Amino acid sequence: MEQVIANGLYLGAQYALIALGLTLIFALMNVLNFAHGQMYVLGGFITYTVYGQLGLPFVVALLASGVTLAVIGALMEKFLFRTVIRRSHREESTMLLAAATAFFFDAVILLLFGEKQRGVPKIVKGVFNDVGIIMPYDRIVVGALAIVFIAAFVLYMQYSRVGRAMRALAQDRVAAQLMGVRVDRYSMIGFAMGAMLAGVVGGLLVTITGVNSGIGGPISIKAFLMVMIGGAGVVGGAIAGGFILGMMESVGLTVLREYGDVTYLVIFAALMVFLSVRPNGLMGKPWG
Amino acid sequence: MTVNRTTKIAAVVAFLAIVFIAVPAAISASGHFDLYYTLTSVALLSIASAGVWLTFYIGRINIGQGAYALTGGYVSAILVMDHGWSFWLTLPVAGLFCAATSVLIGLPILRLRGVYFAMVTLVLTEVARLLALALPITNGAKGIVSIPLPGALSVFGITLIPDFATLQNSRLAFYLLAVTLMVVCFAIMYRLVNSRIGKLCQSLQQNEELASSIGVNIAYLRVIAYAVSSFFGGVSGAIFAAISQSIYPSSFTVTDSVNFMLNCFLGGLGYVFGPMLGTLVLYFGWDLLFQTGQFQLLIYSGLMIVLMLVLPNGLLSLAETTRKKG
Repeated sequence: MEQVIANGLYLGAQYALIALGLTLIFALMNVLNFAHGQMYVLGGFITYTVYGQLGLPFVVALLASGVTLAVIGALMEKFLFRTVIRRSHREESTMLLAAATAFFFDAVILLLFGEKQRGVPKIVKGVFNDVGIIMPYDRIVVGALAIVFIAAFVLYMQYSRVGRAMRALAQDRVAAQLMGVRVDRYSMIGFAMGAMLAGVVGGLLVTITGVNSGIGGPISIKAFLMVMIGGAGVVGGAIAGGFILGMMESVGLTVLREYGDVTYLVIFAALMVFLSVRPNGLMGKPWG
Repeated sequence: MTVNRTTKIAAVVAFLAIVFIAVPAAISASGHFDLYYTLTSVALLSIASAGVWLTFYIGRINIGQGAYALTGGYVSAILVMDHGWSFWLTLPVAGLFCAATSVLIGLPILRLRGVYFAMVTLVLTEVARLLALALPITNGAKGIVSIPLPGALSVFGITLIPDFATLQNSRLAFYLLAVTLMVVCFAIMYRLVNSRIGKLCQSLQQNEELASSIGVNIAYLRVIAYAVSSFFGGVSGAIFAAISQSIYPSSFTVTDSVNFMLNCFLGGLGYVFGPMLGTLVLYFGWDLLFQTGQFQLLIYSGLMIVLMLVLPNGLLSLAETTRKKG
């Protein structure tokens, strides 16, 4: 039992961090970023290259992942999404763009890094084995780091000038603009931060699960799930959704083991029922 | 709407002449028989995309068409293989099964809007794949293989459609079948959109609360639209299973669902024939880029991004801008 909870918390911390990036982009731009999973994979491969291949310290690799993805995110916002939002009749057109960028990233990742599963040496060796919990130290470190990042993100959004501007933007774009918030600039920063979060999680997790070019899509779907559970565009919702999904996965894998690979089926079914009762998720704004 | 009646009829006749006479003639003259398969796929995919377009028409982003295509394929395959039904009978049954399922699923989820609906339908595709893997009747990851080709269809002893297995050129037969269905499907769509229901659907797209306050039964309308959409998905999936003579859980995945949606976007959401054009361009574009080998996906997605930047309202919006100027 303790083991199940520990696994759930560990998974939840990572998932929450993935969902945070997605929800941030959604809140600011009303864009559903299909390429989020691909950004995660890209972050993972950058860490793999810097830490695994070049042998630089892990922190440097993580920084490289974050910074590269932030730059990519900023460029995407400035040159792609902003243009399309301005020119299109319907807001949904950004979804085509997002899907196209997802394909584009998939292609780039495949060309640059190949289709092989890649892993890196462990960052910390040894296994924690006490009070009925068995957990490798590196998982604990990664889980703790994820929680630190989440806390830092929440504090940044809450207390910094940029964070305040972005929250204003998420609440009401026009009103924020009227109050003198530079909407374009903060949209760009927000997109960059969302992409950076995806890259950082990718970098963190490559040390444990490794990375391959095909997992981008499934990661995006998981991120969508979490955002739906918690409510789109809400920071608290993304965190809650991440931990809930992590717990459900951990419990489901234990309880439903004898029925075969049905955990996600059950989660999906539960989600459908939940959403028909509460269409906006736990904390979502009405109609996103 | 300003186009007059004779031009419309002429355009329809010209289109029919091209797909039923000119294309087969050109293919048999040039000897590129593999083009039949490509065009059949385009026709079938555009049927499924037309369904997605219809859900766009009521203001919902549908990324779940893959689920219904997969369901339709499995229903047809199971009925043919396990119960010995004729393929022609399973075709409407597969469509109706999908429509019935979509009513059940649609009643709760059609209350969702915007990205919520989009995400739920995306998840639906994944559910369908997992179900196909988990259910005993679908034979798991091995799928259902060596499905027989469609048999003869005869009414009162008159053979309407010959047995596909006896035909010399079953590709041509499939092409004609798919194109006929496509024409029927888009005729239905056109009729639907230009009817009273179509106008009501448009009111849903613009403002559901307002429509409902005037007395439009929005819950009923959106379930109907979604059911029709899923019917198309099921039918196209069933034919796909018959053509490839096999169906696997991975026959229709999230990528396919996303592609159906992209077809609609590319053709233009404001135009009934948008999905057809979008499917043609996307599928052919993908096929043509095959020669570029490993750079196929890179060029394809790059072009898509560029197209999106230049024509964010779809290919058919080109016609609109010229008309406005004139």
